[in-house]
This record gives sequence, C-alpha cells and structure tokens, in this order.
Amino acid sequence: MALTLCGRARRLVSATSIYNHGCLQRLQQTGSDRFQLGEAKAIRLLPRRTNMVQELGSREEFMQENIDTETSYDFLDEMRQRFLKFKRQKYLPQIEKFQALAIAQSPKVMVIGCADSRVCPSYVLGFQPGEAFTIRNVANLITPIQNGPTETNSALEFAVTTLQVENIIVMGHSNCGGIAALMNHQNHLEQPSSLVERWVMNGKAAKLRTQEVSSHLSFDEQCRNCEKESIKDSVMNLITYPWIRDRVKRGEVKIHGCYYNLSDCSLEKWRLSSDKNSNEFYVSNREIWS
Amino acid sequence: MSTESYEDALKKLGELLSKKSDLGKVALAKIQKLTAELEELNSNKSSDAVERIKSGFIHFKTHKYLKKPSLYNALAKGQSPKFLVFACSDSRVSPTQILNFKAGEAFVVRNIANMVPPFDKTQHSGVGAALEFPVTALHVENILVIGHSRCGGIKGLMSIEDNAAPSKNVFIDNWVQIGTPAKNMIKQDFKHLSFTDQCSYCEKEAVNVSLRNLLSYPFVKERVMKNKLAIRGAHYDFVKGTFDLWELDLKAKSNPAFSFS
Repeated sequence: MALTLCGRARRLVSATSIYNHGCLQRLQQTGSDRFQLGEAKAIRLLPRRTNMVQELGSREEFMQENIDTETSYDFLDEMRQRFLKFKRQKYLPQIEKFQALAIAQSPKVMVIGCADSRVCPSYVLGFQPGEAFTIRNVANLITPIQNGPTETNSALEFAVTTLQVENIIVMGHSNCGGIAALMNHQNHLEQPSSLVERWVMNGKAAKLRTQEVSSHLSFDEQCRNCEKESIKDSVMNLITYPWIRDRVKRGEVKIHGCYYNLSDCSLEKWRLSSDKNSNEFYVSNREIWS
Repeated sequence: MSTESYEDALKKLGELLSKKSDLGKVALAKIQKLTAELEELNSNKSSDAVERIKSGFIHFKTHKYLKKPSLYNALAKGQSPKFLVFACSDSRVSPTQILNFKAGEAFVVRNIANMVPPFDKTQHSGVGAALEFPVTALHVENILVIGHSRCGGIKGLMSIEDNAAPSKNVFIDNWVQIGTPAKNMIKQDFKHLSFTDQCSYCEKEAVNVSLRNLLSYPFVKERVMKNKLAIRGAHYDFVKGTFDLWELDLKAKSNPAFSFS
C-alpha cells in the first residue's frame, strides 16, 4: 500500500518493508507493532531540504547534512517512542473499546478550547478517546453566524447536527496569548496588521466591556477579565446558530462555560440557561473547583 | 402507538379536553407531573457531563498538576512548545493522547479533517492566526499534520457530487472543499477502488494538500528555507493501531516518489 500512495510524499517510516537483519529482529520482538524505524533508511534519507539550502561549500554542506540527519533521526525516534508508549499503555489494553470506536464515534460532549500547549481539554478535563469532539483555535473564539463560514462553525455544524452531542463546553484559560494580543491592539479603526490580530478582533466586544469596568487594574488583571468575558461572548455566539438555539430551547443540548486558571489550577464553571418566558439566556449554576 | 409522534398525542389530548372540559383538573395534575419528570431526566444528562469533567479535572490536578509544581508554575508564566500539531476534531484522535504530549509541549489546532487552507488574507483567518502565533511568536520547530482513519470530514469531501445542489451542511461542505485537490487526484487515479478505499487514500493525500498549503504562508516558507522549521505529515489508523509518518519530497520532479531502498 505504501508504494501506491500518491505522488510526492517521501516516506520516513515504512510500514512493512524490512531492510536489514536488525530491523527484522525488532519486528519479531515487538510483535504486531507496525511502526518501524529503519535506521539504515533514515540515514540514507538525506536532508530533504538540500535543494532549498543555499550551497555553502562542500564542507559546510556536509556538516549541514549530518546535522539535519541527526535532527531527522531524533524526531523520528521520538515520535516512534511516543506512539508505541500510547499503543502499549492505552490502545492494546483497551483493544475492544478501540475496535468499537473504529466503527463509529458517539461523543456526548463537544469542547471548544484554545490551541495553547498548556490547556489540552482531554488532558485537563480527562476525556478519553471517544468522549469529546474537540475544536481548538486561538483564544477559543466562536464567531457569530453572521460572520460567515469558518473552520469553527463547520465543526459545530458537524458535532451538533450529525453527531448530536448533548453538551457544548467553551473552555478558556488564564495567560492566553490571543487575548493578550487583543488587549494590546491599540487602534480599532486601523486594519489589523497580522493574522493573529485579525482573528482575535472577533473578541473586540469583550475587550471593550473589560476596559469599561477595569481600566484601573493592571494589564494582566484586565487580561484575566477579558478572558472570562470572551468565553461569555463565545457562548452567546453559539446561540446565533439556529440549529444550536433550537436544540438548547428543546433541552437537547446544554451549553457550559469553563475558565481554567493556570496559576492556581482552579476551574470556574457555569451553565447557560434559558428563561422559558422571556426567551432570554443567562448564566446559572456557577461553581469553582480547586 | 409507538409510531405516533408526540405532536399527534398532544393534539389528541387537546381534542379530548376540549370535548370533556371537566377532565381539565385531572389533566393539569398529570401534565405537571410528567413535565417535572422529563425535566429531571433531562438535567441528569447535563449533570452526568458536569460530573464527568469535574472528576476528570480533579484527577488531572491530583495526579499531574500537584505532582510537578515547578513545571506547572513555569507553564503558568509562559509556554515554549517545540511542536505545532494539526489534528482532526474527531473524538478518537487526540494528539495529546496518541503522541503522549505533556503540558507545554505541543500547540494543537483541531478542526474538521485536520485541514490547513492556503494563505488567504480575508478568509480562514482562524487557521492563519493558529499558524502565525506558534511559528512567529513561540518559534516552534516542527509542524505535524495528522490525518486519521475513518475520517468523517474526508468522507464528506468525497461524497460531494460535482454540480450537485448545495447540501444542508453548508459550513461543513465549505470547509472540507479545501481538500478538493486531493479528492480530484484520488477520483482520477483510484477510480477502480471502492468508495471506502478511496476515502482511505484521500485521508493521506489531504494531509499532503495541507502540507503544501503550509508552504504558501510566507512566514512558514521562510523558516523552512532556513532549516528552522520542519513540516511533516502523519496518519493514525486506529483500526489497525498504526502510525505512519512522512515528509514532502520537494524535489519531486527529479526524484522518484519514494526513496525506499
């Protein structure tokens, strides 16, 4: 199958080809592990970027090639170790569960979290494979329907209408770089210069509310407030999608907001409720876990 | 009885009560009781989820956070991940779990079918931001785009008929169209295969499309040229329990497709 893979991918790791005796022995020892690292091949896969690296002269090029080879080898080995650890500790011991999941997923929860390396929702909230459909973007922002299609609302559409999740959690966090960029952006009238600024400007309303009430606080404290206000806005933007709003009104979907504070490892959590009489939405059931 | 919808049942009840108004008081008591029961049933679903994340969070705090205070104190101040990962939103493929990333190691973007659109100043600014921030501000060294088996997004892409009327999944279709070059190639080169097999190939070729799209971002291309950033593709097959890893051969014209030896 590897050989017929389309076009222009140079395969670093072979699934089934065995190159020398050393590799074959490893295959036998590790049984069904398909993730094989052929050392001979990795070294022979000389720097893929030589066509782009400028010609520095023969000696430098040789040194560069060796450095690249080492980096390439380390990366492969690291990925291999990581995957095999997952396979040995989680996948194989729960093989029946994974086989059932392979047929279909039916998560009850959808999480919209930040792409920040410190706040993986499955890590912090303990979701196991199959439990939570997860969207991660910068500053866990959800734009309203009137802004048009984005990668976030396409994932919302899939999770709510196809997978029919029952709970939506918007999870924000402290020390968010995206919110800091939003708070730092000086002039709202100017066209944002970077992609980050263009995206985080979707949180402009949260920033304005924050500045109205907490401009006397330090920048960091204002950012903390804005992070929470932004979660609320994202939650309210969920309701602009009729297929979410209808399901919330019918009680088929519950919406929750969460704020994870990295400094003290606390989680503030609340729910969105709707008033049956007035069609308004409001925050309820606020609690803090720490 | 079981095929009757609740709207029909309500209609029947309404008709009965309009004929026999003396039943109103009895009906009221029964309806109130039923409503309360259904509300409780409903709230259990939510409270299950809340209990789930509460126990998950407490487990994280007890077994991870409190065990490494210096790590987490440092992380509270800033992050310096070496990896930027694009993975699918699918509940079965958290890259943190599959590749055992610890807190602070990987900036992770998750969307349908792990797609990276081409550089475009107006659209898709969400992904642009998710690339620009880790590459230019956090200086990640590796970008990994991970596809996976049984991907619903790829299946959706492959299911879109040319010249068909727009489906009701407007946002999904709009998004997965990014992978159209992959779909076209698979439909052409593998038309003899079953739809399921075509989808499997498309899962991998769509990763290649994303890898090529990565290079359309100037700040990515610049760093790749200077050897400061490596971009690679991967495919996690949870049916077979395998993980494939590869990189784009940018010398495609002069070299054969695969450098096996």
